Amino acid sequence: MSKTSRTSLTVPAQAKKGSIIEIRAIAQHDMESGFRYTESGKLIPRDIIRVFTCTYNNVEVFKADFYAGIGANPLIIFTTVAVESGELEFKWVGDDGYEAVNRARITVS
Amino acid sequence: MTMKYKLPFTIKRRQWLRRIQDLGLIAVGVWFSPGTVFAKPEDAHAAIKTITGGAVIKEGRVKLTIPPLVENGNLVVLKVSVESPMTANNYVKSIHIVAEGNPVPNIFTAYLSPRSGKANLTTRVRLADSQLVWAIAQMNDGSFWQGSAETLVTLSACTEMV
Repeated sequence: MSKTSRTSLTVPAQAKKGSIIEIRAIAQHDMESGFRYTESGKLIPRDIIRVFTCTYNNVEVFKADFYAGIGANPLIIFTTVAVESGELEFKWVGDDGYEAVNRARITVS
Repeated sequence: MTMKYKLPFTIKRRQWLRRIQDLGLIAVGVWFSPGTVFAKPEDAHAAIKTITGGAVIKEGRVKLTIPPLVENGNLVVLKVSVESPMTANNYVKSIHIVAEGNPVPNIFTAYLSPRSGKANLTTRVRLADSQLVWAIAQMNDGSFWQGSAETLVTLSACTEMV
């Protein structure tokens, strides 16, 4: 069964051609590390987001592999060059069939 | 009269015995704590070796910023920046973050391209212990550069119960 959750983006709506834009992406996720125990001593299985990818008009511009060392509600701030108007797609893929996709439009002048 | 003087002494003695017992319990607790699952620095070195494939890592160009004193290891803001012009023939290919005291030494790996414009990243990580954290960057020519930062963690991540 696939799971999903809320994700949020901060992407400038307009940018000058060739300028570097900052993107903030955050996903609502517990990022259960797989090293914690319940009070009864049972190990909680790992449940994390594994891969984050950002595509700009279907060209991959950024990708990150996450491990258990990433904190809950993973936040990633990175940059990209505004080359053309279009759509940015952000995809989070994780354990147990987790998948979340979010899109943002950008106008480049 | 004599009772009045003797009573406080016996209470103190009992308390003292109880304290000794508590110390023993703490010692047993420490022995069984999840601290034993934490990785050793050798694991981190092995993780670095798998990243680089045994290639030489040069010091410099990579700047890793984490707070020197962390109150809560569950969310630590980590910033990494690599000096690079990020042009088509001189750019940062990937950035790896490795911590020597976490159960899993790898924290994250980011893949960049000339279209990143700048090699600056910010994220939030978990730190299990006071430790040294490395950032290793691979350039497009295959060379590796590293930077590190040391931090003191007062409350560890991943030891708490649910």
